[in-house]
Amino acid sequence: MASIWRYLLAGFGLAALLVGILAVVYLTAPRSSHPAGPDVSRTKNTDNGLFVASFLPERGVVRQGQLQSWLLTLKTKSGTPVEGAAITISGGMPLHSHGLPTSPQATDYLGDGRYRIEGVKFTMSGWWQLHFAISANAGSDTVLFNVVL
Amino acid sequence: MRWLSRFLAMMVAVMLAGCGEPDFSDAEKKTIASLALSSLPPPKPDTTNRFADVPAAAALGSTLFFDQGMSRDGTVSCSTCHKIDRQFQDDLPQAVGVGHTNRRTMPLAGVARDPWFFWDGRRDSLWAQALTPLENPLEQAGNRAAYAHYIKARFGERYERIFGPLPDFSDMPSNASPLGNDAEKAVWDAMSGVQRDAINGVFANIGKAIAAFERSIEPAPTRFDRFAMDLVTGAEPKGDAVFSKEEILGLKLFIGKANCVTCHNGPRFTDNGFHNTGVPPVAGLPPDRGRIDAVRQVEADPFNCFGAYRDGDATACGELRFMVKDAPQLIRAYKTPSLRGAATRPPYMHAGQFSSLDEVVAHYAKAAPSVEGTSEIHPLELSDHERAALVAFLKTLSE
Ligand code: HEC
Ligand code: HEC
Repeated sequence: MASIWRYLLAGFGLAALLVGILAVVYLTAPRSSHPAGPDVSRTKNTDNGLFVASFLPERGVVRQGQLQSWLLTLKTKSGTPVEGAAITISGGMPLHSHGLPTSPQATDYLGDGRYRIEGVKFTMSGWWQLHFAISANAGSDTVLFNVVL
Repeated sequence: MRWLSRFLAMMVAVMLAGCGEPDFSDAEKKTIASLALSSLPPPKPDTTNRFADVPAAAALGSTLFFDQGMSRDGTVSCSTCHKIDRQFQDDLPQAVGVGHTNRRTMPLAGVARDPWFFWDGRRDSLWAQALTPLENPLEQAGNRAAYAHYIKARFGERYERIFGPLPDFSDMPSNASPLGNDAEKAVWDAMSGVQRDAINGVFANIGKAIAAFERSIEPAPTRFDRFAMDLVTGAEPKGDAVFSKEEILGLKLFIGKANCVTCHNGPRFTDNGFHNTGVPPVAGLPPDRGRIDAVRQVEADPFNCFGAYRDGDATACGELRFMVKDAPQLIRAYKTPSLRGAATRPPYMHAGQFSSLDEVVAHYAKAAPSVEGTSEIHPLELSDHERAALVAFLKTLSE
């Protein structure tokens, strides 16, 4: 009898310790403003898997409040550059009820599946989404990139 | 059981010690540094105005800015509304020139950095902006032909030293403008293309000289900037750089729970964007739909970046080229104003809707829906103490 109680107490104590440790780890962990934030990968399969798209700032860095050009690179699954694609861009900030402050456009084809997207501007810090509708010989597809500033 | 409570108490103590001393997290410090005036770069060159940084042009622009001769009846200048000793604004809910206007005079500190001008952004350069009040019948109420004649008569030599020879005015009508009264419009329509272009050229140069002057109007450092400097460099704040508990709370709310910094960001406390914040219209004024109606106006402006009077090449026209033209978010959206100096220049908003910062903060807390379009503001749970703290913080941007 007594030994069962002892086991129970020990079990309870261990559980409490675990809870305590977890609490400490959780509460003292560096607080990020985007817990379980959006997927910010720069290369993605398009929604129906037609293309592999990557989206990167042309000069490498993202600057808040400035008009910048980005590059959207489109390849097929086998790595062939996608040429002659028509691209339209929309987006906004999902947590604020507003869209993009500018209307970015694909202005140039640079070869090797690379399209210059001009007029991208992020006026606030936070979570932005850019949605691309792509239509090429292989078909039409869409892809969404998250940018967190 | 006692060891458990002792263990938990110890843990709590450890955690409290961890977040006790430094008042701001690293993320907060980064945001505060981004708001400090020391992070404001000098204005970028304006390639659309090759006189933007020419001292003689700025000097002429300054003369014109304060010259009441630059109006139909000789009683109004830019400085009638943009008063030099009042942060270049006039403390009125709506400006008064030759007539009573529908919007509040905007202060001008740092304005050269903006991509868009006016509350609705219906002009895309500082020099194109300056031409608008000159011909607005409620402001300076003149016409461009009359201004060209006036410049030749009063400032001909100064003008020619900067901009080159004035055109031949011998058979130029004395009053004409595509935006004037019926008589002035008729005269304008009867002029030759060469004549119109000559007048427009002089008119554009008037704007370019005034813009050159306005580039020198800059915000001054405030208590907040001294506080931010010390915080970021880790120096012990001294004198007025010490913030009270209330001011610190206000700053934390501004960059945190109250979300002000999402729009009022950067060293000028503005994202240079347009937002519907649910500010109510003023009874008795004509309908005002903000940015949505400004898009066509800036596109139609012959002095815009795509027009014939721009200097330099069209690579400077990105903002106009990639402008959002038609979106529900533009309805009753207005330009985010800078908050530097705001505490000492009520009233507030595009038509002076609120007479104090208390009213402004109450507006944000309540987040009433917009009469048209959708407000981006969400209601805030703010205690009286927190509201007062926000106001106390805003005051540090005026001291
Ligand atoms: C009758 C008063 C009045 C006069 C005169 C006047 N302004 Fe203004 N100014 C205003 C008002 C009101 C606004 C905002 C108007 C709007 O949004 O429609 C404004 C806006 C501006 C802006 C835009 C600031 C910004 O942040 O977008 C600038 C720059 C400016 N004025 C410069 C001038 C210059 C230069 C002159 C003289 C050529 C001038 N103003 C004459 C009242 C006046
Ligand atoms: C969604 C963007 C946005 C947010 C968030 C926001 N503001 Fe504003 N603020 C604006 C805009 C836009 C205006 C001008 C609105 C108008 O005139 O209709 C403005 C005007 C003001 C003014 C008046 C300034 C003047 O010169 O008229 C003050 C003060 C102000 N905001 C403070 C705050 C504070 C404090 C907060 C946080 C509680 C806040 N703002 C949050 C966009 C925003």
